[in-house]
Amino acid sequence: MDLGPHAAFIIAAYSASALILALLIGWIAIENRSLKRTLADFEARGITRRSDERKATLRKAEPRQSPA
Amino acid sequence: MALIDLANPTRFLSLSGRALPWLAAATALAFAYGFWLTAGAPDDYQQGATVKIMFIHVPSAWLAMFGWMVMSIAALGTLVWRHPLADMAAKAAAPIGATFTLICLITGSLWGRPMWGTYWVWDARLTSVFVLFLMYLGVIALWRTVDDPTRAGRAAAILTLVGAINIPIIKFSVDWWNTLHQPASVVKMSGPAIHPTILLPLLAMAAAFTLLFITLHVAAMRNEILKRRVRSMHMMQAEAAPGR
Repeated sequence: MDLGPHAAFIIAAYSASALILALLIGWIAIENRSLKRTLADFEARGITRRSDERKATLRKAEPRQSPA
Repeated sequence: MALIDLANPTRFLSLSGRALPWLAAATALAFAYGFWLTAGAPDDYQQGATVKIMFIHVPSAWLAMFGWMVMSIAALGTLVWRHPLADMAAKAAAPIGATFTLICLITGSLWGRPMWGTYWVWDARLTSVFVLFLMYLGVIALWRTVDDPTRAGRAAAILTLVGAINIPIIKFSVDWWNTLHQPASVVKMSGPAIHPTILLPLLAMAAAFTLLFITLHVAAMRNEILKRRVRSMHMMQAEAAPGR
């Protein structure tokens, strides 16, 4: 592919865009991993959200269906 | 399932978790197709091969404005309907919109140097897009300044709606003022003024960039939900600490 006399500008535009997008994607992915690790750490220490506690209580309170 | 069911963050996490790999795959495929068309696109009779810069510059410009429109709709959701996911959607869209605006500005100046003979001029189109970039940075800074996400969400929503006035200014700046930037050549009443051999790769890349925006927005919204959960757990931990 011949990019002509302005090849440097075309390559620079594509490289800069790829780099900026890679940084954005990397930031979102790293943040997601870090948040999941923090939440797992809280759960390991027995700290859960109130809504999760309520769900667990309701699940325990539900009568088990006996096989007919 | 009604759309309102998505307002539940837990439901959103579950659905988006299933959709995200498909969105990412569709984005990768769309980029592969877009790059294939870009590589085979002919040179423009005036711009030469630098027309290839347009295949990333134009979609970035569209998405820069699209990002602010997403934030404006989310701002209405925050202020009018108090939708639980609205301010998360707005907050997640801001850095993505800012990124596409930055790409638009950089690729535009890299195209401008060989075509106009300058990297930058303070004409209405370029200046209004630069103002959009500053507005994105302002909203991101506001989110980071206010500690309470609900209060920050409301303040950012007001700022977003006020800033939305810049979107029609960007769009019509080339018609209202005498600018170095050329007028619209794709989205215009009389139809696109571009030859199909160049229009097709441009639209394919626009579709790929839009899919990337959606994928990143969904992923960033998931992060926002997790951040709020971490925050509430930190608060619960502080409440449970001895001495309180």
